[in-house]
Amino acid sequence: MTALQRLFKFNGGVKPAYNKEASTRLPIAVAPTPTLLVIPLHQSIGGMPRPLVKPGERVLKGQRIGGADGNVSSAVHASTSGTVIAVEMRLMPHTSGLSAMCVVIEPDGRDEWIPHGPFDFRGATPMQIHDYLRDSGVVGLGGAVFPSYLKLNPGKQRNLDTLVLNGAECEPFITCDDVLMRERAATILQGALIMRDMLGAGEVLIGIEDNKPEAIAAMEAAAHAVKTAAGESSIKLVSVPTLYPAGGAKQLIRVLTGIEVPHGKRSTDYGVQCFNVGTAYAIFEAIALGQPLISRIVTVAGNVGQPRNFEVLLGTPMRDLIALCGPLPDSDRVIMGGPMMGLRMPDDSVPVVKAANCVLVGSRGLFPPPPPEMPCIRCGECAKACPADLQPFELYWFARAKIFGKAQEYDLFDCIECGCCAYVCPSHIPLVDYYRFAKSEIWARELAKVSSDEARERYEFRMLREEREKQDHAAKLAAKAAARREKAAAAKTDAAKETATPEQDEKKALVAAALERVRAQKEQIQPENTINLTPEQVAEVAAIETRRAEIREMAKPHVWQDD
Amino acid sequence: MNNSPYVLKPASVQSVMLRVLVALLPGIAAYVWFFGAAILLQIALASVAALAAEALMLALRGKPLMLFLTDGSALVTAWLIALSFPSIAPWWLTVLGTLLAIIVAKHLYGGLGQNPFNPAMVAFALMIVAYPQLMSQWPAAGTTDFAGQWQAIFGTRPLDAISMATPLDALRTALHTAEAKASVAGVLGSNPAIGGIGGKGWEWVAAGYLAGGLWLLQQRIISWHMPTAFLAALCAIAGVFSLIDNTQFAGPLFHLFAGGTMLGAFFIVTDPVSGTTTPRGKLIFAAGVAALTWIIRTFGAYPDGIAFAVLLMNIGAPLIDLYTQPPVFGHKDKREDSR
Repeated sequence: MTALQRLFKFNGGVKPAYNKEASTRLPIAVAPTPTLLVIPLHQSIGGMPRPLVKPGERVLKGQRIGGADGNVSSAVHASTSGTVIAVEMRLMPHTSGLSAMCVVIEPDGRDEWIPHGPFDFRGATPMQIHDYLRDSGVVGLGGAVFPSYLKLNPGKQRNLDTLVLNGAECEPFITCDDVLMRERAATILQGALIMRDMLGAGEVLIGIEDNKPEAIAAMEAAAHAVKTAAGESSIKLVSVPTLYPAGGAKQLIRVLTGIEVPHGKRSTDYGVQCFNVGTAYAIFEAIALGQPLISRIVTVAGNVGQPRNFEVLLGTPMRDLIALCGPLPDSDRVIMGGPMMGLRMPDDSVPVVKAANCVLVGSRGLFPPPPPEMPCIRCGECAKACPADLQPFELYWFARAKIFGKAQEYDLFDCIECGCCAYVCPSHIPLVDYYRFAKSEIWARELAKVSSDEARERYEFRMLREEREKQDHAAKLAAKAAARREKAAAAKTDAAKETATPEQDEKKALVAAALERVRAQKEQIQPENTINLTPEQVAEVAAIETRRAEIREMAKPHVWQDD
Repeated sequence: MNNSPYVLKPASVQSVMLRVLVALLPGIAAYVWFFGAAILLQIALASVAALAAEALMLALRGKPLMLFLTDGSALVTAWLIALSFPSIAPWWLTVLGTLLAIIVAKHLYGGLGQNPFNPAMVAFALMIVAYPQLMSQWPAAGTTDFAGQWQAIFGTRPLDAISMATPLDALRTALHTAEAKASVAGVLGSNPAIGGIGGKGWEWVAAGYLAGGLWLLQQRIISWHMPTAFLAALCAIAGVFSLIDNTQFAGPLFHLFAGGTMLGAFFIVTDPVSGTTTPRGKLIFAAGVAALTWIIRTFGAYPDGIAFAVLLMNIGAPLIDLYTQPPVFGHKDKREDSR
């Protein structure tokens, strides 16, 4: 079934030590249900789902506890049955150490499913499929956790040429896709066929790095079985050369089809859509079994006695998972993901989430601190290694000098942060950190610009409104004055027709009235204490004034004169 | 604790520089064989001066001393200076050149990785402008008497006794000054310094540099672009002009194995710090150096043109890079309009 397929190359790439063998010796084990599940509401790209449960509420396995909010958002579910004991801020599996809203569930041990069943997507309207997938919480399980319903995009079939299934799994240490393909190949293919039908794709290309012969064999056998049973011949398995980051979606699409999808463009514009094999498996479970995404395969590897893959309930603390593998005493960090792109966890209590393909235990021995950073000597190794064909050292100079405009001109945002440049750098410069810094600075500035634009618009609107109100007020006054004028004119025409024109009379009358008002005001504000005094009072005031003058004289500073 | 990636390839500036030094060894061996051990003395002088200047500047700039002293970059500069200066030059000439290279050309511009000009070539250019006589006294092939060379270097004996012009110099002087019309063939045929293709002995030194340079290519320390473009352009220009008039212009083989061509092609033009970095930029840069080298060799007043050619192209390197940025992934068609 591995038909002769013309392969393409992407530039760059590196070959780090793969370290995959140790965690593939044992089959997938089911991780035990922990004593407490902490399920973050925000587990995918996009909007934070709204909590749908309250503390004290009993939930069933597969029950929706977070509802998708906004156009890009994906639901989250209770991983087992139990009682919600809190909906509160908890530490997130992210390097920042920030907290976010989580639903904390105390499992009751009964593991009782909510009623569920298959979903007939062929008989459903596109909107129903859209909502169903959104509410089943399926997101990209390769690590990007982009909501899958948006990529499957029901109702907007473009009749794609190719569905690419990503089984490359190029990051060192991670083997969750490898073992999934070895053990559950048939299910993955079922999921792939569902996705193909939703997308209306012509062929399914499954790319697997050639360092996974067992997975390739298992998938081939499953594809053969599908072919003989259902006459399904659209599935093609392709063994791709092992080269990090061949598993990057754009890199894999390039290798399999020769198409380069530019930054900011969708692969569907080029007739291709790409999903991880784990996502295909989750789609099958959601559509054919009606089970939302409540667990995933997680590789536990690194500084542990027995690395292994587990099927883990989402929300399981990483610490519980690591304990199953016997962490070695010199372990000093937990990384979510692989050594090239993984995130360092703030501590080992953070929960397994949909993005957690690997829990990598580190130590100083395994991941030694980098040697001291040296200046860039422009050797160009980074440019040779960059799979996005960037000039990483130029980006480094611009990021370092905070010339962010230039950095964008040199396509900073095409950087996929794969780490190849930093991996090969002989000066040990943490290049990716510089790019992350530059990107976040640019985002912050854009946000600041947006908010200052909004502030300016608000201000301008206020000025406009005040001006309008002033004009309205003036118009009212003018109307009133006109009315009064008419009245006065009407009164005067009879009395003083011969002596003056009505306008002059009116002016005189107005002036006289104004003078009268001023006189009246002056009378009102006359000091009350110094008028109408008796002669005794006047004398007393004069005496007081004299004393004050004396005191003022005494208080004057003395001027000493030299003799 | 650092962020991803947590694994690094075992590479370092030090290992890059050390391999460059190793690649110079075959050329140095041939040099010693044909021209005596004086070159080793010059290398030692330049190395000590370079390390001392480096240490001084690092201390003044408040940089970590051991980290940068052991990176090997000062030694590479020192060795290239020693190899491009005459091996029987007075000791102070080498030391002065090295001090200028490290203090002015390197550290005053910001140290490792920051210098816009190739430090070794700055040293060569300054010294040949200041002391043209001393910079033109080259050892004659076969004069391997170390005692005599020692005396020459430390100034106890006049240079003339053991020195002789290089083939490039001899050719230029003969063609430019001879009253009767001299021809390339005539000059080269009668000159005792001329060997099979280049200069007697020098062609073997050049072969040594070539071997070391090929090893650097194999080690992926340098890429093929610069040496290939440099040598090809030099051959092409020399070839065209010697076809036009072979009495006035030497042929490509002579240019390839004369003077500092091989040292330049693999060790000087390829300096990443002061050169271009894009693939197309490297081709343009190296071809430009070749063209300028040929022009200065043929029409200029100096015995070899590589130093000036490299410095002139160094000025243009940032501009060349700007206009030769390769297209990024997915933008292969519309790169130009964004620049």
